[in-house]
Amino acid sequence: MSVLADPNRREFLKAATLTTAGLVVGFYVPAGRRFALAAEVPAAPAAPPLPQANAFLRIAPDDTVTVLLAHSEMGQGIWTALPMLIAEELDYDVAGMRVEHAPAAPAYFHTAFGAQMTGGSTTTWSEFDRYRQVGAAARALLLQAAAQRLGVPVSACRTDNGTVVTGGRRLRYGELAADAALLPMPASVTLKDPKDWTVIGQPTRRLDTPEKIDGSAVFGLDVRLDGLLTAVVARSPVFGGKVKSFDASGTLAVPGVRKVVQVPSGVAVVADHFWAAQQGREALKVDWDLGPGASLDTDAMVAEFRKLAVTQGKVAATAGDAPGTLARADKVVEVEYVAPYLAHAPMEPLNATVRIATDRCDVWTGTQMQTGEQMAAAAITGLKPEQVHVHTTFLGGGFGRRATPSADWVSEAVHVAKAAGATVKTVWTREDDVRGGYYRPLALHRVRAALGSDGLPAAWDHAIVSQSVLAGTPFEAMIPKSGIDPSSVEGAADSPYLEAIPNHRVQLHDYRAPVPVLWWRSVGHSHTAFAMECMVDELARAAGSDPVDYRRRLLADRPRPRGVLDLAAAKSGWGTPLPAGRARGVAVHESFGSFVAQVAEVSVEAGRIRVHRVVCAVDCGIAVNPTTIEAQMESGIAFGLSAALSGAITLKDGRVQQSNFDDYRVLRLPDMPKVEVHIVASRERPGGVGEPGTPPIAPAVANAVAALTGQRLREMPLRLRA
Amino acid sequence: MKLRVNDKDYEVAAPADMPLLWVLRDLLGLTGTKYGCGVGQCGACLVHVDGKPRRSCMTNAAAVEGKAITTIEGLSADASHPVQVAWAEVDVVQCGYCQSGQIMAAAALLAETPRPTDPEIDAALGRQLCRCGTYQRVRAAVHRAADLNQEQKS
Repeated sequence: MSVLADPNRREFLKAATLTTAGLVVGFYVPAGRRFALAAEVPAAPAAPPLPQANAFLRIAPDDTVTVLLAHSEMGQGIWTALPMLIAEELDYDVAGMRVEHAPAAPAYFHTAFGAQMTGGSTTTWSEFDRYRQVGAAARALLLQAAAQRLGVPVSACRTDNGTVVTGGRRLRYGELAADAALLPMPASVTLKDPKDWTVIGQPTRRLDTPEKIDGSAVFGLDVRLDGLLTAVVARSPVFGGKVKSFDASGTLAVPGVRKVVQVPSGVAVVADHFWAAQQGREALKVDWDLGPGASLDTDAMVAEFRKLAVTQGKVAATAGDAPGTLARADKVVEVEYVAPYLAHAPMEPLNATVRIATDRCDVWTGTQMQTGEQMAAAAITGLKPEQVHVHTTFLGGGFGRRATPSADWVSEAVHVAKAAGATVKTVWTREDDVRGGYYRPLALHRVRAALGSDGLPAAWDHAIVSQSVLAGTPFEAMIPKSGIDPSSVEGAADSPYLEAIPNHRVQLHDYRAPVPVLWWRSVGHSHTAFAMECMVDELARAAGSDPVDYRRRLLADRPRPRGVLDLAAAKSGWGTPLPAGRARGVAVHESFGSFVAQVAEVSVEAGRIRVHRVVCAVDCGIAVNPTTIEAQMESGIAFGLSAALSGAITLKDGRVQQSNFDDYRVLRLPDMPKVEVHIVASRERPGGVGEPGTPPIAPAVANAVAALTGQRLREMPLRLRA
Repeated sequence: MKLRVNDKDYEVAAPADMPLLWVLRDLLGLTGTKYGCGVGQCGACLVHVDGKPRRSCMTNAAAVEGKAITTIEGLSADASHPVQVAWAEVDVVQCGYCQSGQIMAAAALLAETPRPTDPEIDAALGRQLCRCGTYQRVRAAVHRAADLNQEQKS
């Protein structure tokens, strides 16, 4: 969700640094300016909100250190990375730390976004200072508490892995926590010199593994409460449709069905358990007012996009005279790239459990946007936001789908619980998820480039037609005056290639359709990288250049993307022979403050593209947990390969034509390439890692297929022509 | 109906056509077995029935009365099954949602085939979907679990 930020990433980082600098004392808010080291640990997730709801760390008398996460763990590994930041400064073994999701409260607002949320691959860099400061402040207080108790100066005390040592005495953190909690916060803390780091940069195993390998991890769908009912909702078969009337007689005859209630999004069947609710929904008869959405057709939309692309759009970037240069050029390459709507399809279908009382509302869900859920639930129940308690469970995948500005699934679940007058878990089926919208927008790119006498592009004229993720949402104000949603053009308008091309122009055509769209892992980069990296590759071939050399020339003044390009090329054996029937393709792309280059090795077997090996080089600045970074590159590549090889949501007569994993196919184990990850050693501030692995893989594969077969595949998913 | 799950006997009042998945999750409270697709396409719901891998979303509970059902909660008492140990060593999990099914599929494979080849792993786990893309580590962990099994025996 880089869209929340200024599209100029460097400006954005500067602002974030300023914010975190202001948090040297501000990361803690309790009245009395006391650091909240609690003496006792609340037992159940359903317990009242933590008294020290704005703290990040609790040290219990038995020495248990609990870290509260301001962000949500959805696989990306922050359950481990954020505790590592505290452990580094606290002097405590990270492997012994306990971790919890924080409640929803302003203390946990994102340091750059002003709301509690997880997205845009921002967690580690946005918390890099705050969590270290928490650890350092806690350590300072523990030292002070020990010094006071023993009547020695603080300077005579040191810490040693969970203890304070002075002379021959050793006091455990747990023994000191209660005293330390009464001390005033230090005005400032000095963080360790990076050369003294012993935790940051060390490959560290995940802290959430034990509960995820024995079935005990609680995802939203696993929440159990007394008297809990389960609902499924019948929603309009086309986007924007409304209920005209419904007949629930068959539904109410299904054993286990308790109630059928109408909510703004459709008709909810509330039952004793999921199976009864689902059976009940099948028996439900709803008459829909389908509205204009019933004529939606993605083939027709692409045709319309194609027409729009040759008209005047909003200019997102321009230099020199691209159209004029093109008009005069001898050698012009003109192509079009298309990327379809895509569902996120996290393995855990959406769900939320809601309990409403007179003075409070509790919401259990795996969300990337606690503040939005809290506000939405407050508005629906008439309660104050602080009376809404959001309990964040583990997320069974997010990829952006669990961060909706409209709070879609939580709002619906609150409506269902309210209408049913019961505690209800509202569950989406897989079909509901695949057909439910909030897709990566459909996008069409038309690119024209003129080659100069040196073979490099002399002009680049680029039109993007897509649908804004922000328009029509509470985040619409984030679209700048230009009217250009940064997430529609990121990765193209700010491409380092364009900086090297004297005449360039990027235009955006914002298409409005009643299909809800959303950020999908890597957001705009998921299609702009495909267009940019395929086009550069086409130009390299047109110029008779090696694709890696050609990129090197364009990136001559950009050491970081060049660095990963060179590293990936070297490690992949670029330029060395491959067995017959195989070829390599390359792509390099910056997103979310990190640089990733990938070389894919492909073959074609029985008309199918097979990806055998991917060499991935990443420069994400300081590598907090190399194990996680490797895993996220593997993950981003697998996610991107699903889109490159098989992902597409299409509509006909307003109906989504896919429904489940049989027709919305995702990557399977036999198709997972061997992924080798190389991390560039760096002392730059951390960038993101959750998303940057995704954008380069589709163009790397397409470029390899072109090298192998001569076929330029310009539409995703990539399908070879017979 | 009477069900035997993880060596425990349960008396369950459930509709005859209720899938084992929902009996386990909603009636017995064994939520380690996951719902991902409901149509046998993703494998998140995989359990063992008499030691064999079964997709519980496609299995009527009534059809497995009297059989030994094992879920992730019953694979071992303390996450000591070689597959679980290997999973931790290789740092396989990400979001974790599909992992119960992956682990149960791997355990069933190793019970039949102590030293699976890559194609055998593909065949046994090729339809266990993971959106986080942990596949490379799943494969490595299956091999590691085979090693651990071997070490335990020798």
